Formats: sequence, C-alpha cells, structure tokens
Amino acid sequence: MNDGRAPVANPPTLLEVRGLRTWMQVPGGRVRAVDGASLEVRRGETLALLGESGSGKSVTAASILRLLPEAARIVSGEVLLDGRDLLALPEREMREVRGLRIGMVFQEPMLSLDPVMRVGAQIDEALRRRHREPAARRRLRAIELLRSVGLPQPERRIDDYPFQFSGGMRQRAMLAIALAGEPDLLVADEPTTALDVTTQAQVLDLLMAAVRERGMGMLLITHDLGVVARCAQRVAVMYAGEIVETAPVDRFLEGPRHPYARRLMEALPRPGSRHRPLAVIPGSVPVFTTEPGGCRFASRCDQAIPGCSIEAPPVRVTGPGHEVRCLRDGATAGAEPDSQAPASTDRPTPADAAAGMDTVGLDASPVQPGEVDPSWPGSLPQSPTTRVDDRPLLEVRGLRVRFPVRGGAMRRVRGWIEAVDGVDLGIARGRTLALVGESGCGKTTAGKALLRLVDASGGELRLDGVDLRSLGRAALRPFRARAQIVFQDPYASLDPRMRIEETLDEGMRSLRPAWDARQRSMRIDRLLEEVGLPADARRRFPHQFSGGQRQRVAIARALSVEPELLVCDEPTSALDVSVQAQVLNLLRELQRRRGLACLFITHNLAVVETMADEVAVMYRGRIVEQGSAGRVLAAPAHPYTRALLAAVPRIEVPRDPGTVAAAAVPDLPDPVADREGCDYRPRCPLASARCARERPRAQPVGPGHVAACHERWGDPGPGR
Amino acid sequence: MRRGLLMPAFALALPGLPLAAATWAWHQGLALPVLLWTDALVWLLVIAVLAGFWLGRRSEPLREGWRRVLADAPAMASAVVLAVFVLIGLADSVHVRLALPAAGAASSGWSVEVTSALDLVLDDLRERRERTYSAPLATHAFQRETVVGADGRSVREFPRLRHGGAHLADPETEHRADILRRGLSGLLAGLLLAVLVGVVMVALVARARAMPWRRAARAILRSDTAPDGRPAPHWLALGVTLCAIALLAGLCTALSSHYHVLGTSKVGQSVLYLSLKSVRTSLVIGTLTTLVLLPFAVVLGIMAGYFRGWVDDLIQYVYTVVESIPSVLLIAAGVLLIQVYMESNPGAFATAAQRADFRLLMLCVILGVANWTTLARLLRGEALRLRELEFVQAAHAFGLSHGRIIARHLLPNTVHVVLIASVMGFSGLVLAEAVLSYVGVGVDPSMISFGTMINDARLEMAREPMVWWSLAATFAFMLALVLAANLFADAVRDAFDPRGGARAGQGGGA
Repeated sequence: MNDGRAPVANPPTLLEVRGLRTWMQVPGGRVRAVDGASLEVRRGETLALLGESGSGKSVTAASILRLLPEAARIVSGEVLLDGRDLLALPEREMREVRGLRIGMVFQEPMLSLDPVMRVGAQIDEALRRRHREPAARRRLRAIELLRSVGLPQPERRIDDYPFQFSGGMRQRAMLAIALAGEPDLLVADEPTTALDVTTQAQVLDLLMAAVRERGMGMLLITHDLGVVARCAQRVAVMYAGEIVETAPVDRFLEGPRHPYARRLMEALPRPGSRHRPLAVIPGSVPVFTTEPGGCRFASRCDQAIPGCSIEAPPVRVTGPGHEVRCLRDGATAGAEPDSQAPASTDRPTPADAAAGMDTVGLDASPVQPGEVDPSWPGSLPQSPTTRVDDRPLLEVRGLRVRFPVRGGAMRRVRGWIEAVDGVDLGIARGRTLALVGESGCGKTTAGKALLRLVDASGGELRLDGVDLRSLGRAALRPFRARAQIVFQDPYASLDPRMRIEETLDEGMRSLRPAWDARQRSMRIDRLLEEVGLPADARRRFPHQFSGGQRQRVAIARALSVEPELLVCDEPTSALDVSVQAQVLNLLRELQRRRGLACLFITHNLAVVETMADEVAVMYRGRIVEQGSAGRVLAAPAHPYTRALLAAVPRIEVPRDPGTVAAAAVPDLPDPVADREGCDYRPRCPLASARCARERPRAQPVGPGHVAACHERWGDPGPGR
Repeated sequence: MRRGLLMPAFALALPGLPLAAATWAWHQGLALPVLLWTDALVWLLVIAVLAGFWLGRRSEPLREGWRRVLADAPAMASAVVLAVFVLIGLADSVHVRLALPAAGAASSGWSVEVTSALDLVLDDLRERRERTYSAPLATHAFQRETVVGADGRSVREFPRLRHGGAHLADPETEHRADILRRGLSGLLAGLLLAVLVGVVMVALVARARAMPWRRAARAILRSDTAPDGRPAPHWLALGVTLCAIALLAGLCTALSSHYHVLGTSKVGQSVLYLSLKSVRTSLVIGTLTTLVLLPFAVVLGIMAGYFRGWVDDLIQYVYTVVESIPSVLLIAAGVLLIQVYMESNPGAFATAAQRADFRLLMLCVILGVANWTTLARLLRGEALRLRELEFVQAAHAFGLSHGRIIARHLLPNTVHVVLIASVMGFSGLVLAEAVLSYVGVGVDPSMISFGTMINDARLEMAREPMVWWSLAATFAFMLALVLAANLFADAVRDAFDPRGGARAGQGGGA
C-alpha cells in the first residue's frame, strides 16, 4: 500500500489558507465564488482540491497566486506561505513569489505557452530569475529540465516552437517552466483535463515524481476522482465556495462522509454500474450572492433534515485528519455507499414513460409500468420494436475518409491524411457499439462519415441494406430521419439565436413533412418531457440553460425525427461528473425504451463499461480490436487496448506501480508519417521485426472478439 | 399593454411629423411634394430600421444587447446627439416645391426651387442674407467697403449689416448688453425646456418602475440598475444630454432672430444654416452607402465562407482585385462618368436639386462598391467559423438545403458583425465625404455639405484677419457627429461582440 505517497510523519505546513473569501462583481450583484475556504498543504504532499465547475476551486487557486480577474476581489482571509501572508505583500514582492516560491501549471497547454517564443527561451525566462549564470549553463539546465519531464531528444526540441509540440509535450514543457524556478509549492489547475488518457497518466506520474523528489507541496485542482485517487495524499472537496470535506485520500475513498462527496463518487461510471442507473445529484451548483441561511448543499441533498436549511453546519472532526461540514454526519455514515439505493435518479416515473408513447409518430413501444425496474439491465434489447434479427441495422465495410494536405503556390494537393482507413463496423437494433480511441484517431470523423456529414472516399455504408454512399443529397433525405447525431460540445451544438422549440422543430419540418404544425408542437412538448426538461423550456434560448440541460435539448433534437440509429459523439466529455451521470442515464433509458441502435464515440473507458454492448478500439484510423464489451475490457488482446485500460485513473483498483509503468507509452506520432507495418509499433512494448514489415490483420482471439496484432497473449488477462 | 405601444408610437411620430406637414401643405395647394431619390431611400431605410426593431423585439439576445448599449452613459449621450442629428436630417428629407405667388386664386405654377421642411422651419435663417462675410454675432461687415454717404462723399468703412443687429440704434453701446439680454433669455427658455424634459423623464421612470416620483428621481440621479438586476437605460446621461441640447438650442434660437450666431459665408448665407443643412448630406452618405454595400458584403462574404472551394476562390479573387485599386481613383472615375452622363442628359432632371441629388446617390453607390470588401472579409471569416460549428452540422444531418442553412443559421449569427461594422463604418464615411468633396470628386458643388463648406473656407484661411468661423462651425458639427457615432459604435461593439466582455460572466469556475 505504501508506495511512497503516504505522508511523512508530521511534515511542516507549507501553505495555509484561512477563511478565504473571494467575491466576484457581476451585473446582478456580488457572487461569493469562494466563501470562507480553509486548507493547508504540507511539504512533500499533494492536496487535491476536488469540485465540479462553479464550485470555486479555480478562483481559490487564482486567489492564492493573486492572479484574479478584474471583477474579483479578495474580501477577507489569509494565505500563509511558510507563515508569511501573501495577501499583505506588495505586488513587487508578490512577483518574486510567483514562479520562485509557487510554480503554476494550467489546464490549457495551447494557451499557457507563448506561441511566438521558442520553448527553450520560455524555460530560460524562469531560469534566469533563479540562477545568475552564463546563458550556456542555463541552456544545459533547460535541457536537463526537459529531460527530467520526459521529453524525448531535449537537445533538439529545446529550439522548437510550441506549435511543433503535441498537447502532452506542451504540458511537459509547461511543467519544466514551473520547475525551473525551483518553487516550494506547485499549483496545478486541472493539468491533465485537456489531455488524452494515456498522456494524462504520464503527466500525472511526472507531477508526482517532481513533488516526491524535490520535496515540494502540490495543490492539485481537479474534478476527476480518478486523478485524486492516483496522485493525492489528502483531498479537500469544494462545493459552492466552501470546503465541505477534508480527508486523507485512503479514508476518503473508503467512504466519504459528506452527502455531496458521496453522491459524486456514486455518479462515477464503473464496472458495477452497468446494471443499474448511476446516482445523480439533481440540479446544479448554486450561486450565492448573499450569505446562505443554512447548508449550501441542502437544496440538492437527499438526506437533508429541516435543520439543514436553517443553520450553517459546523466543521466536525470525524477521524484523523478528516473534517466534514455536515449536520448529519453520524446518522448516515454507517450506510455503505454501494448498497444504498440511489434515492434520486432523473429517470422519469413509469407513468411518464408510458404517457410519452401513445400518439403522433412515436414508435409504438408501450412499456408497462411494471417492466421498468426489472428490465433495467441496459444491455439487452427489451423493446418490442427490436426484431430479433442478427442482420445489423448499420453495416460498414472498409470505410475510408481522407483529407488532402495542400501546399505550394497553387495550393496543390500534396498528400493525403487517411483519417479513417478501412473501418468495419456493424450495429444491430437496440445495441450499443462504443468506438474508443485517443483524440486524433479518427473516431469522430468515422462517426460523421456514417451520417454523410463528411464524405467518405471509399468503402460501403449500408443502413438497413441500402448503400448510403451512392445516394445524392436529395435521395439521402429519407435516410437522414433514420440516423441522427448528438454532438460533443453542448455550447456549440445549439444555435444561440434560436428558441428551443425552433431548434426542435427544424428537423421534423425538414424530414417529417407529413406531420403538421400541431402534431410537431405536441411532439416538442413530449420530447421535452422525455428528456426531463420543463415544458416552459421551449420558449427559451440556449444560453438560459446549463451544459447538461443543453445536452438534453441536443438529445431531444436528435430524437425528434424518430431515428433508429443514434451516433453519440462524446456526449458527456464536456460535462461534470454528476451531470454526466444524468445524461448517461437518460441515454440508456431512451435507448431501452425506443430500441435505438447506438454508436457511442468516446475516449472514456469508464463510460464504455457503463454504456456499451460491444467495443471497437480505434488507432490511427483503423480498428485494432473489436468484441463484446465484457471480453474486450476484461481480456484485452491488443497492447494498445491494454495501455488505454491501464492508463484510466481508477478509484477502486489498488494503486500499484505496475500500472504506471505499463501506461508509459509515447505520444501519438505524426499522422502523415509513413505507414509501413503496424501503426502501433513505435509505442508497443512487444514490437518485433515482423511488426515493422507486415501490417497485422484482424484475427479472432475469442468468440466474436478480433484483434489486429501479431503477438498472442498467453493468459486472458495479464497485468490486470 | 399601453406601455408597450408608447415607444413605437413615439418612434413613428417624430419622423412622421414633417411628412404629415408636407401632405397637409399639398392638400392646401400650398406646395407640390418632390420625392428625391435619396429621400425615398432615406425613408425606406427609416421604415426598414423600424421594421427591424419590430421584428427583433422578441429576440432576447438583441434586446439584451440594446439594453446594455443604453445602460452605458457615453452611448446613451451619443445616442441622443445622434437622434438630434437624425431628426434634422429627416426634416431635411421632405422636399416640396412651393406654389408661386400667383395673381389668380389657383396657383399658376410651382417654384423651381426645391425646399425642404427644414428650410421652411429655418426660413428666417435662410432668407436673412448678408452681402458677404460677417463674423459671428457681428453688427458690421467683416470688410471695409466704399460707402457713399449722405453728403455725397465716399467713405471706406465697415458698413452696418442688413440683418445682424439691425435693430440696434447705436451698436457701440447697445451691442454687448443686447446680446447678453437675448442670450440670457434664450438660456432661460432652454432651462425651462430642460426642466420640463426632466419632469417628464421622472414621471416615465416612476410609472415604469411603479415607484413614487421622489424615489424615481433619486434612482435616476444615482443611475441605479433596474430592480430585476438587468441593465437599465442610463436616464441620467439621457437627461443631462437633453438639457445641454435644450440650453444650446434656446441660446441659438434667441440670438439668431437678430444676429448671425455663427457668422455668414462668402455669399452672405448664415453659417448656422449651412451647417444644419450639411447634416443631411453626411447622414445620407453614411447610411445609404452602407445600404448599398450590405447586399454585396453579406451575400458574397457568407457564400465564400460557407461554400469554400471554387466559390470562395472566385469571391476572394474579386474582392482582392477591388481592394487593390486605389479607392480615390475608383471614386474619381465613377464621379466623372456620372457627370458626363448628367451633362449629356440634361432633360432627365427638372431642377438643380434633383441633379445634385442624383449625384449624391451615385456617390453613395460608388462609395459602396469601393467599400464592401472589408465587411465581406469579416463575414467570410465568421461564416468559415460557423459552418464548422455543431449546430450547422446538425442542420446538415436534418437534410436542410444550403439556402435554408444560410438563412436560418448563418445570417442570424452574423447580425452582430453587420451591425458593428455598419455603425463603425458610418463615421468613416462621413469623413470620406468631406475629403472627397474637398478634393472635388464629392457631392455636387451646389449641394451644401461639410466637404463643400471646408472647400470654401480653405480659400479664406490665408486672409488676415482670418475668416475662421466657417471652418470652426464645420469642425464643431463634424466632431459632434463623428464623436457621437464612434462612441455609440464602441458601445454597440462591446454589447454585441461575443468575443468582448459580454461572455465574461459565463466563464468562471471550471
């Protein structure tokens, strides 16, 4: 258990934040973004500040560094670094603190490096402040730093510009800059949120190593419980500007005491969650402009007692280093989180479900009230519309999509990027196929090509036996109604100038001309009800909704034309965990009720476990492994799948150093490079001479399970 | 419900007043309405703008944007200034030919001179001409003249003006006191008007927010936000600007009955009158040019960005070529062409005003053709961005036609770009008119505009003592107009540009 992450006995406190209040001026008043937060970071340890968006964790970090936006003001509190109050320092001295005492790593590696400065020069800026020595010596130091953050060939890459780096490499460079000042404290604000899961694992390992080796303290801001479990010794959970629970990570993972923290944990998709709805927290993080009378979580808490909304709960110590801000701690602590029935899911009641079924073009699949709960196992097609029919609804053979690379004076085509390179897929009615891969692997392009939003350059695309690729724009229209898409970004997927009802009406008007205005209007009401939005939502504009609500609208829009196939392109990757749970529950429920076939595109393997019947793993435009979800996840045959699985930060797997080593794969290589042999070869621990010569073909490795790899794995699940 | 109708009624009444007066005069047989080309377009624009507000009144993003604009003090003040200019311009856009004073009962014919409603209002100013230059508020001419006295001897002296201070028996002693007296009484009248405006405003606010007058007045003075937290119009700025304008108007009216407040021009016309007449020319150039360039810019710009490929190449090629021709050259060539056309078809124009007006219209067209490229570029970029957004892809997934996607999704989402560019472009065009007229390729020399005023004044700059008032008046009027337009445009951009501060409130957290 003790893998070097356990806290040293009584290490000295490095950073102490006491009663910090930072308020933001907005048109309606002053929002209490941070309202009395207290935390401490000790030398050599990592404190994770966990919270959803809007909880105030980033503002806390900005307050510590005194890098607040203009509208924000620190109203009261103390930020003590080695006992010195940073809030009292003049700006001149504060500049010395930033970089030299406190290093920073931000979320967006694209934005935190200066695009017109060489990486080496940016590191040198930080080095120069620490070391008065000749430039040549500093350059050596910079190279050494880059090497220490795991950048290959640092002697060569030091003179590159940021645009020549991939996202993971940029984040490494950012870390090198932060370490160049040899700070005592590292503040990392969602350092891996923008990265792929394999890269995330590496960057987290680097951060942990840096903290361990240099005896620094780290304040790690994150929304991801997996990251917390992987890296931190202690965790502070933030909610609506307050710290609601502080605990050592091990204790916390065994059983968080605060109802909010517990709910957050239950909302996480994981292997066991496949056969029952995920727990959700109704509503979203509230915004306070005045002192709330009672507990900030009371309005969303399923265990609130009358006292909760009257009196602000005190901080109570419930164990060594474990503090909770809740009135009811003793009463609920005994309940085992897993055995506890999820008291509030956003699932409509059975009556609602039945009511949504009868008229106007809704597919006739009346669900008897009694059927709902027993039939929950979301994997099995329950709907009567699902003919027991092995022929897939959608069949894809050898799909190829390529984009031209242009250059030269007349913008001639110089070469092609094979974004999707011979993909075979099949989805039956009522089933879910998850398409998994890192960013840039072509999974989104493949999904769009299925709907002919991107034109394929080769292959077959059959929906119910009809080749869609041969159809023109007009002939395609009838098929448009049968396949629809839900996009990733709920902020870009709704037209900001259109009311919700106009958005929902648009598709029906275009693709279901038989429905008149009255029928469409009735359907809009029913759709809104089905996705769990209030009826008055139809008159509103997208900006009046939260991200999760917008995604519900996007789902309603896709369902408005009664599709049989739904392509979900990372529908929850932009959402908070609790909201993600709401949307995943909704999708499963709708799929079960309507017998939809679903292509679920995602990079999140935890979500795959919850949603999919089958899994196809994609790497550089090709499918490297495909099979039933159970088999692929339990016994991955391709080394890439194994690396992906190992890199997923988990909260229940005991953290063993072996997974870390397995995850250490290099970044995704250049997509236009030569493509002889196996694409995965440069990253593969098993690569042999044969892999360089010959591209592996998909071969069966089990019932309905194929993998494209020359190597064979002896036992079904080594390393897992 | 009544409150909802108040604003549209008000908006219709103000520009409608001169129109109604003209119609009435026509019925009485006093005047023959003349519809100049630019008049027609100006009124069309007024209707279009009113219709735009009417159609967009329920669009929450637009309302929110305008609310933010009017909550900004400089924007509110400049909106008031602009509104005054617009009213002057509109009053000057109703043209008639007056009945000739005929011997018989029924008028025998109509005057060849085309006069506007503004001319009739300012009849006094227009009619009371001096022989040549005179300084502001002067009683004597600016130049010595040889006057033959009663005794037959000719004397070189500064003669008394025909109208300026003509009522004074002894200007030497009475001049200063008379100006002071009239000025003060004018200011007093203005003050009374301002108080009236203030009272009406307090009453309106009190009614809108359902609060007692005293509290409404306090709310205005502190420029509070509305009770619901949304930005409220900046009543204080509105009031202060209106008061300032009322005082200024009172002062000018009182003094101009017996003096030339801003002096006279070379041919003895009141400079105040010339300045007021120039306003319309500026407004026409500033707005009609935008009207001309909008279709080019919107259609071509959005098409280039949306379709890409060869359509984009072609459109980009066209506007790159247009841009690389020096615009002064293009405009000069165009104006010469028009001039040749007008000279070879003298019969096409009944009056000199119609000739001048035609040239003004053509100048707008030429300026529009030379200026559409900037907006087209902006719109192309915006369309390139929008076409990749997921809601446009969703529309493709619904099988919508290209035309519908452009009309339903791209156009509404580029409205802010068009709005910002139009308002920002206005002041540039006003200045361009002045420069072009100065160079000699602008409006017709007989047309009163800031450009022709500057051009005339330029010749007198070297004179000693200098004739400064013409230029000073032009400077003051143009500064007021362009500064107001720029301040207003800034506020419009801040309120509507999604990349500006508007979104700042949404970020946070994460």
